[in-house]
Amino acid sequence: MSSAMLNLILEATLDTLYMVALSGVISAALGIPLGVLLYVTRPRQILAQPVLNGVLSLITNVGRSIPFIILMVAIIPFTRMLVGSSIGTNAAAVPLTIAAIPFIARLVEGALNELSPGLVEAAQSMGATPWQIITKVLLPEARGGIFTALTVTAVTLVSYSAMAGAVGGGGLGDLGIRYGYNRFNPTIMLITVAILVVMVQAFQSLGDTLVRRSNHK
Amino acid sequence: MIRLHNVSKTFGTGHRAVTALKNIDLHVPKGQIHGVIGLSGAGKSTLIRCVNLLERPSTGSVFVDDRELTGLSGAELNQARHRIGMIFQHFNLLTSRTVFNNVALPLELMGMKRDAITERVTPLLDLVGLSDKAHQYPAQLSGGQKQRVAIARALASRPRVLLCDEATSALDPQTTGSILELLQDINHKLGLTILLITHEMEVVKTICHRVSLISDGELVEQADVGDFFTAPSTRLGRHFLNDFLELDPPRALVERLETTPGEQTHPVVRLAFSGDAVSTPLISRLARECGVDVSILQAKVESIQERTLGLMIAELMGDADDTRRAIDYLESHDLNVEVLGHVQRDA
Repeated sequence: MSSAMLNLILEATLDTLYMVALSGVISAALGIPLGVLLYVTRPRQILAQPVLNGVLSLITNVGRSIPFIILMVAIIPFTRMLVGSSIGTNAAAVPLTIAAIPFIARLVEGALNELSPGLVEAAQSMGATPWQIITKVLLPEARGGIFTALTVTAVTLVSYSAMAGAVGGGGLGDLGIRYGYNRFNPTIMLITVAILVVMVQAFQSLGDTLVRRSNHK
Repeated sequence: MIRLHNVSKTFGTGHRAVTALKNIDLHVPKGQIHGVIGLSGAGKSTLIRCVNLLERPSTGSVFVDDRELTGLSGAELNQARHRIGMIFQHFNLLTSRTVFNNVALPLELMGMKRDAITERVTPLLDLVGLSDKAHQYPAQLSGGQKQRVAIARALASRPRVLLCDEATSALDPQTTGSILELLQDINHKLGLTILLITHEMEVVKTICHRVSLISDGELVEQADVGDFFTAPSTRLGRHFLNDFLELDPPRALVERLETTPGEQTHPVVRLAFSGDAVSTPLISRLARECGVDVSILQAKVESIQERTLGLMIAELMGDADDTRRAIDYLESHDLNVEVLGHVQRDA
């Protein structure tokens, strides 16, 4: 294999990592608070707001039900407005982030839902404010579950980012399609897939370690 | 110290409404250990949650330490809750925090500085006997140890009142004993007022000064514990007591019991006596002075805190006048006499 080809593979790998990292960080920063909000505004919860909860839940469901490939195309005008272009890694990160936010939010909501309601009750009996309950009880107690949610999201983002390659997003998916599929080069296709497998494994192991460290159950 | 005035609680609305509490009046004076006992679903949990407004009463008012909690704003209520500790059946400790940091939590919530927190937490861990476990996580502790941590946590903010929600129900009998001892110790040392709910008579017997009986959301009986164990005044009270003492008449006897006296019957009585009556040879005097023979079918002596309680099921053998005199005689000596029924003489 030529060194030009190797360079191409390296570049594509870094592009994928960049897209996953960028969209992962931004979607976590927005998705975790959304997940908390989805949970605490439920009926009989500490900040019960049935109407707000219904609206947030609807938006989240809509976001989750749009197939990624359609979302990517549909928001091209928005992407262009935001990053000035509809191709390249930065452009791909926009739909990735938008797809990942409701995904993370639902997973975080689920993680919080796993906690015993008794914990909130105990904190309330100590005179904790809703903000204190969120920061000192809910988030620390759900840390393991939140790490699991982030791991699942990172893995999903790896595969979505490959899809983004189909519309000129760059990265390993792009490489696999252009060289492996369009130019009938099975070696490149295999290498691309192998790198994606290793990447997913790495994210999963990292996630598992974090979950294990944060669990004292 | 704790006063519930005409408290009612209804869940849901319309025809799906469920009334959990009906017109509850309860007063627990300072330093008292008050037990509320009842069957599952009687409203115990709702009742104790109404004291610190984890459940807000539908009507009525709640006073703790002379402050009306039902009239407070959210922020004021949070302040007032610092003065009310609570422990739970399933402990509700934070798994992500060490023992030390669990006890520190209420102090962090109050905005206390780290140094002051350490100063407060250390002696508390000492009090509950867990100084050596300070840096372990709850998962590494036994049930009894977890409840000790919960007690230390509940005491951290120096409350005036401690609420115990089935605090020993998840523990084995031996551990229950040691937790009750700790609660009693705290009651003595700190003068803490304790309201507890339980379905176990053992808990009431061991540490309560006064007991309330709850049934279908109503307090049906309230009494000092000694009196309750001698002579509960309601059917449910007697049911709880008989269950606890395992003092039910033998089945063979029950089948022969008739509700009304006949020409040829003897009364079967349940006697409860406490205090001086225990040490007086009443049965032999009864035989001598009233001319009746006493056949003891079942008997038991229990010690309820500092009081001794004797219980007996006996058949009084004699003619109708003599047995009536015998019952009067027993009642005049402060015995609680309950006629269970009558049996045929030579059966």
